[in-house]
Amino acid sequence: MSLVERLEGKRMVVVAGSGGVGKTTTAAALALALAAQGRRVAVVTIDPAKRLAQALGLEELGNEPRRVDPERLAGHGLEVRGELWAMMLDAKRTFDDLIARLAPDERTRDEVLTNRIYQELSGAVAGSQEFTAVAKLYELQREDRFDVLVLDTPPSRNALDFLDAPERLTSFFEGRALRVLLAPTGLAARVAAAGTGAALSVLRRLTGVDLMTDLGGFFRALSGLIDGFRERARAVGALLADPATAFLVVSTPEREPVAEAIFFAGKLRDAALPFGGLIVNRVHSLPEPAPQPAAVAAALTGELGERTAAAVADNLAAHAVLAARDASAIEHLCTTLGVDDPIVLPNLDAEVHDIAALAAIALRL
Amino acid sequence: MLRRRLLVVTGKGGTGKSTVAAALGLVAARQGRRTIVAEVAQRTDVPGSLGAVAGEPFAETPLREGLWHISIDPADALREYLHDQLPSDTLARMLGGSRSFALLASATPGLAELLSMGKVWELAQAQRRTTGAQPYDLVILDAPATGHGLATLAAPSAFARAAAVGPVARQGRLIDDWLTDPRQTGVLAVTRAEALPVAETIALAGDLRAQLSLELEAVVVNGLSAQRFEREEEARLRTALAAREAGDGDAARESGATRESGDPVAFALERALADLAVARGERRQVERLRRAVSLTPLRLPFAVKEESGEADLGVLADALSRTLARSEEQA
Repeated sequence: MSLVERLEGKRMVVVAGSGGVGKTTTAAALALALAAQGRRVAVVTIDPAKRLAQALGLEELGNEPRRVDPERLAGHGLEVRGELWAMMLDAKRTFDDLIARLAPDERTRDEVLTNRIYQELSGAVAGSQEFTAVAKLYELQREDRFDVLVLDTPPSRNALDFLDAPERLTSFFEGRALRVLLAPTGLAARVAAAGTGAALSVLRRLTGVDLMTDLGGFFRALSGLIDGFRERARAVGALLADPATAFLVVSTPEREPVAEAIFFAGKLRDAALPFGGLIVNRVHSLPEPAPQPAAVAAALTGELGERTAAAVADNLAAHAVLAARDASAIEHLCTTLGVDDPIVLPNLDAEVHDIAALAAIALRL
Repeated sequence: MLRRRLLVVTGKGGTGKSTVAAALGLVAARQGRRTIVAEVAQRTDVPGSLGAVAGEPFAETPLREGLWHISIDPADALREYLHDQLPSDTLARMLGGSRSFALLASATPGLAELLSMGKVWELAQAQRRTTGAQPYDLVILDAPATGHGLATLAAPSAFARAAAVGPVARQGRLIDDWLTDPRQTGVLAVTRAEALPVAETIALAGDLRAQLSLELEAVVVNGLSAQRFEREEEARLRTALAAREAGDGDAARESGATRESGDPVAFALERALADLAVARGERRQVERLRRAVSLTPLRLPFAVKEESGEADLGVLADALSRTLARSEEQA
């Protein structure tokens, strides 16, 4: 069964895998394949290859999906009956928007947005990009403008951050510790009011008063948003676990991505999240029966001379080594993940950065 | 390059950054420098590429003669920092064991990155703060992939700005000054000779300069394919392929072609032409990179048998040694 058929009825597809395995390309090609089936599809991507973005007609970061011009899609062997929309997420702006939406009033909003801690450091928080991406997806899903959303996950090597982000935020906001921090007489307040406890004075000495005051302000301002955040994080968690969601695990046959894919699939299982399939990119293969380098050299020596014929044979032998490595990597992946029908995509000798190349991949999905 | 105190290895995911960091560690250790490779954010990729098992988190684990490894966990770094900064152990334990404090720390944006960088700094000090710890000649930081890597390096200065006064600000500034001192620290980017990783490396060079006033010291182009053919051979390969395809099939059948498998010789010729094109594209990307970052990229060959770990890393380390020696001669 093709991947597109397997994703019948899914409303959200999350494409995950370690960096450099072709997630963005796979997500875009899949979105195109689904659009070809007549569905309204939005692909949400984070910092994709510039040329791929240009191919999709995305010149800049934005917070709203834009429709890819149907004329761009025409004439690549794929009849696109549906609609393809694409969006390149601006994480910082999405986070700002989210805070604006969740803040009970303008003052709280401005307090967070103008807080020095938020401004200086919000970009550096691990997991915030991940959370922002799912939060945006949740919003798009609620608006119900699309039949399917395809998310290209952030280029984080630790895919766990992505799965954990909603839960981590929820448990943080529900935690006793935060309430202690945020209570009118809580840690933050006491710190801000130059607390007297031994630990607090040490804390102040350690961190500097300004930092603690700003931190206190940050957490206090955030407290106005907590209910909204908690609600949002919970809803996002539920969306990820919904049977209409599918996680696709993308890998290449190389050692590290394979290890990451296995690790990630295990985490999906532990978290009872819906696994939707395995895609192995950049696979080298040989025809059956395998061509023999020595025979190839012999056949070409007369025509090309010994040196060139030997180089062709060498090149073939190196390719055969890769094909063998790839076959065993795929077998290892399939056995470990319990998958019997991986989508295997060939190693392309050129990078994918136009619609024609995307369409060629889409046809294989 | 290996004479610095700290070498930061960064690059786009999937470029073999950790493998290069491990290979650099081997090279430095072979040169007699007491070296430690540090990973952050719960990664332990380096021991695996040496065929070794990772030690306990935060433990300085020996991998080879003269080569150690550590995976820096921010929670441990925080405990160590408190222990170091506070006048009494009781106080350090109290604060370190406090859940509110742990949560406050984990919720404070960028603190994990600051603490990790603080530990990297501590590892590189001639006088170690950790009791009984030996100093290292060289710390190699296998930094997170480009974007997060930059945020990690920028955390000390961001904190110094945000805190303004007090020990954290002082510490942040201290680490930042050291980190941005080209006599102490070198930054190396690992990339592949493909459009996207090269673009990201060029952007990284600009961001390093703009945000940290750091210059890239070297770029390593990893996984370059073998250049088996001369330029003039391409036309002959093409002619040979066209002749096979136009032929009556006798030659193909002679070479063992069947309907299913096709002509094995034509397949080999197609592969040769495809790889020629790949190699040409790679040369173009290396050239583009060289011009954009004004550095001669260090080239590392593609290692087919990745599984074998140690042996391959040795080969990579040899290649790296030669490349480094060459680039130093040129300089």
